[in-house]
Amino acid sequence: MKPILEIQNVSKKFRIQHEKQSYLSLRDSLTSIFKSNTSTSEDFYALKNINFEVFPGESIGIIGRNGAGKSTLLKILSKITPPSSGKIISRGRIASLLEVGTGFHSELSGRENIFLNGSILGMKRKEIQAKFDEIVDFSGTEKFLDTPLKHYSSGMQLRLAFAVAAFLEPEILIIDEVLAVGDAEFQKKCLGKMEDVSRNEGRTLLFVSHNLASVAHLCGKGILLNAGEIAFTGLSQAAIDTYSRLSQNSGITSVFKKPNPEGKTVELIAAALLDKEGQTKEQFEIDEEITLTFTLNCNEKLPNTFGYVIVKSRQEEVFIETDTTDFLPNIFESIVNGTSTFNLKIKPHVLPHGEYLVYLSITSSFAVNFVVDQPGDILSFSVLDSKTQRAHRRNAKTSQILKWELQHANK
Amino acid sequence: MEYEIKPHEKLSLGLRELWQYRELFYFFTWRDIKVKYKQTALGFVWAILQPFAMMLIFSVFFGSILKDPNDPTPYPVFVYSGLLLWNIFSSGLTGAGNSMVSNANIIKKIYFPRLIIPISSVLVSLFDFLMAFVVFIGLLIYYSTPINIFVFVPMLLLSLVITAISTFGIGSFLAALNIKYRDFRYVIPFLIQALFFLTPIIYPVSIASKYVFAKYLLALNPMYSAIELFRFSIMHKTLQPDLLLISGSTALLFFAAGLYYFRKTETYFADLA
Repeated sequence: MKPILEIQNVSKKFRIQHEKQSYLSLRDSLTSIFKSNTSTSEDFYALKNINFEVFPGESIGIIGRNGAGKSTLLKILSKITPPSSGKIISRGRIASLLEVGTGFHSELSGRENIFLNGSILGMKRKEIQAKFDEIVDFSGTEKFLDTPLKHYSSGMQLRLAFAVAAFLEPEILIIDEVLAVGDAEFQKKCLGKMEDVSRNEGRTLLFVSHNLASVAHLCGKGILLNAGEIAFTGLSQAAIDTYSRLSQNSGITSVFKKPNPEGKTVELIAAALLDKEGQTKEQFEIDEEITLTFTLNCNEKLPNTFGYVIVKSRQEEVFIETDTTDFLPNIFESIVNGTSTFNLKIKPHVLPHGEYLVYLSITSSFAVNFVVDQPGDILSFSVLDSKTQRAHRRNAKTSQILKWELQHANK
Repeated sequence: MEYEIKPHEKLSLGLRELWQYRELFYFFTWRDIKVKYKQTALGFVWAILQPFAMMLIFSVFFGSILKDPNDPTPYPVFVYSGLLLWNIFSSGLTGAGNSMVSNANIIKKIYFPRLIIPISSVLVSLFDFLMAFVVFIGLLIYYSTPINIFVFVPMLLLSLVITAISTFGIGSFLAALNIKYRDFRYVIPFLIQALFFLTPIIYPVSIASKYVFAKYLLALNPMYSAIELFRFSIMHKTLQPDLLLISGSTALLFFAAGLYYFRKTETYFADLA
């Protein structure tokens, strides 16, 4: 059997312009003719020598960190942007869903948008007409078909959009992280539909997602991208394992120390995660309070400085986001020259079981590009749910455990 | 069906692909027309009101000054015939010139032949033309202007073709430039305003006959031939073949250059948008 897709030596190069506006202006181009020092650009490879083959009926999950090149790869496969070198041989009709509801227009009605969107996605008018009732049924928006889209809730828009896409019938379907939005029930429905597509209808599926669970569930094969190159190809579970190992081996633990401060105006020199007894720990139970402590060294007082912390999962999903100006006065205004230590307490029963990263940055409106010190991901820790019966099978966004109470019982 | 995705190499018109995606012409045009008149109380009447109001203004204030004394055609008919074609050009050019930037969200997410977008913009302005044309027929009847239908129809079609190809040519050229250099967003309105006065719309060509170079300058404008040919069918006048030839060639040149530049740069639109 011949592969339905052959990706051969594909690279994509971008030229990064340093210290320039993102949009070119004609004046820049004209003046640069007379200037010789245009060496402010640098080549950046979003993808480097990518090779793989896809066979008909396969479903492949593409995973990797943000900026690993996943979206660029999908864009090349969907012909939106050409590769800089290499080629792709395709033996089937590709439909790509890099966004749900591409081309939706808020002034048009639901009915009109189904036709517009379907047509942009490559369906023929007759096809859309034939499937119209099914699409409307799947989306569950029959009542609002003739209402302009701007009056739809965002959830309804999404449902309508996905419904159109679900009835595409290409040989190869490319999907990019479109399920990140939408409510859980609808996500399930979509995943079910996609499973149908790949398993029962035998179509080829390429799926990019940060939701590793759905990749494991939907895809047989996995491709791990890292910094524009293929780091692993194989069974999807193996790819996911490699991915977690790759991100764990980044050297981030529950303690951070900077042995040689660089002498920035304000600088992070130490950070740690502590339990109630003040012991540094790497693993916490869901009913434990976690204290994030960090020490800053201040060489020179800088006005308008503020700190920003997020706690996120390894899949880059943000659970806690906070900064020193959440409530005024900004506590960073009280920093004096020398070292100051701050504590942030994460209450028990907030974070569900999982692996987390702590990100910190210190910014000021008086600093160059606002950056004072941006150490980035500084700490990692995990939260365990080992005391309850449901334990790690609990599929919830918080770890609050509710108490079941009997109010009264009738005989 | 086997095909390859490769770095951009040779240049083709991609007509076969355009044909495959032909329904998109309809949908984009239909969308733009729908959206244009959605939530307006007057709806399609706007397509008529605009040229009609301009015709009134020009007739009242400039009619007596700019009218060609040797021509019996009433000034309102004269100026409206020019405005009709000019509006295709100006609204088509504005639409097409900005079309790539305004559809950037679609371009970045899905593939289809990009040419469909500026072509659809021109089709939208042709639709407005049809609306305004009804009023023109009314004017012809009101002023009982005699026309020979066997001259009128071919001349009308010919001038529409010239208008459409030059609008598309310049429009697609500007669309491609606009996505790279956002300066062109500001160039377009200015260009249209300047060209309005460099096209014999509100004045007859004879006004410029004092200076030879002025005549040739006017003829460099592709809209010159479109308007002159169209007026030939309703007025009693002699055509100037050399000037028409210059203007017609400019139209073809613009068409070819715009198409070439657009096709040459379109693969990178998604990266630049």
